[in-house]
Amino acid sequence: MSEAKKFMYINRHAPCGTVYGVEGLEVVLISAAFEQDICMAFIGDGVFQLKQNQDTADTGMKNFSPAYRALGDYEVNRLYVEHESLEERGLTEDDLMPLTWEDEDDDWAEKPSIYIVDRAQLSDLIEEQDIILNF
Amino acid sequence: MLHTVNKSPFESSSLKTCLSLAKSGSDVLLIEDGVYGALSGSAHTALLTEALGQVRVYALGPDLKARGLSEDKLIPGIKVVGYDGFVELACANDKIQNWL
Amino acid sequence: MAFELNGKTYETDEEGYLANLSDWDNDVAAYMAKEDDCDLDENHWEVINFLREYYDEYQIAPAVRVLTKAIGKKLGKDKGNSKYLYELFPYGPAKQACKYAGLPKPTGCV
Repeated sequence: MSEAKKFMYINRHAPCGTVYGVEGLEVVLISAAFEQDICMAFIGDGVFQLKQNQDTADTGMKNFSPAYRALGDYEVNRLYVEHESLEERGLTEDDLMPLTWEDEDDDWAEKPSIYIVDRAQLSDLIEEQDIILNF
Repeated sequence: MLHTVNKSPFESSSLKTCLSLAKSGSDVLLIEDGVYGALSGSAHTALLTEALGQVRVYALGPDLKARGLSEDKLIPGIKVVGYDGFVELACANDKIQNWL
Repeated sequence: MAFELNGKTYETDEEGYLANLSDWDNDVAAYMAKEDDCDLDENHWEVINFLREYYDEYQIAPAVRVLTKAIGKKLGKDKGNSKYLYELFPYGPAKQACKYAGLPKPTGCV
C-alpha cells in the first residue's frame, strides 16, 4: 500500500436531529480498515456528539453514541474538540464522554483520545491534513 | 398560541425568530435539536432568559435525555414536559405554529 | 425475508441477518448455523457470546480486525488470530459469527 494519508473527519452537527453524525461515524469506522492516519474534529454543534449520558430510549431511536467508545479499538485515537464551540454552548470537557484508547505498545495503557484545542490550533491541524471530509 | 422550535439555535435562527414574533403569554415548546436552546451558560441563554418574562418556555424531556442534557444544565424557569405534556399544550392552545 | 422456527416467524434482511436483535436466542443461532452446515461447539459460542457483549456495550458489530484483536485480549493470543477464527467461521469470522449472534452485518464489511 502507498504511504498512509492524513485524514480528518469534521463533524459539525448535533447527534439526534440529523443523520450526519451516525453516517460520519460509520464512514470513519469503515475507512479505519484501510490503515490510514485518521483523526476527527468536532466543531460547532458537532461537540454535542460527544456529550455524555445520551439516552434515546424514550424517543424510540437508536443510541449510537456508545460507538464513539469503540473508536480506540479502530485505532482512531485523536478526537479534537474546539474549545470555543464548547464554551458557546455552556459546556466543558467534563460534559463529554471520557474516551480512551489502549496502547498495545505500552502494556495496553489507557490513554485519552479527546484533545481540547482552540480555534487557532484547529486551523493549523486542518491545514496539515491530506484529505478532509465534512459531516 | 403554541410555538414549537425543533432546530438548534446555534445552527438556525428559528428560535430567535420565534421569540421575536411570539406574543406575550404564548407557550414555546423546544423539541428535537431545539432543546439545545434550553442550555444555561450558552451564547443564547440571554435571549431565552429575556423571553421568559413574556412567554412560557417548555422543553421536551425525552429529547433532552436523548442528548444527554440533564435538568440542572437548563435555564431556570424552563419547564420540562413529556409527550403527554406536549399533547396537553397542543390541546390547550387554539393554534400551533411550528418554526421548522 | 424470514424463516420459521418453533412456530415463530423471524424477519431477516436479504442476506439472512436477523432484523430484530431482541428476537435472538441460542436456538436461533443454532438454526442459522445449521442452515450453513455448521454445528456450533463451545469455541463458536465463545465468539458468538463475545460479539453479543461487544454489541451491547458499543452498539456496533466490530470489523474483523477489531474482533481479532479484542478476542486476543480477552481469550488469549491462541484465539485472537485470523487462522483460528477463520477455521471456526470459514465465511469470515465477523460476518458469519455476527449473523449467528443476531447482529447486523459488521460496519466496514463489504
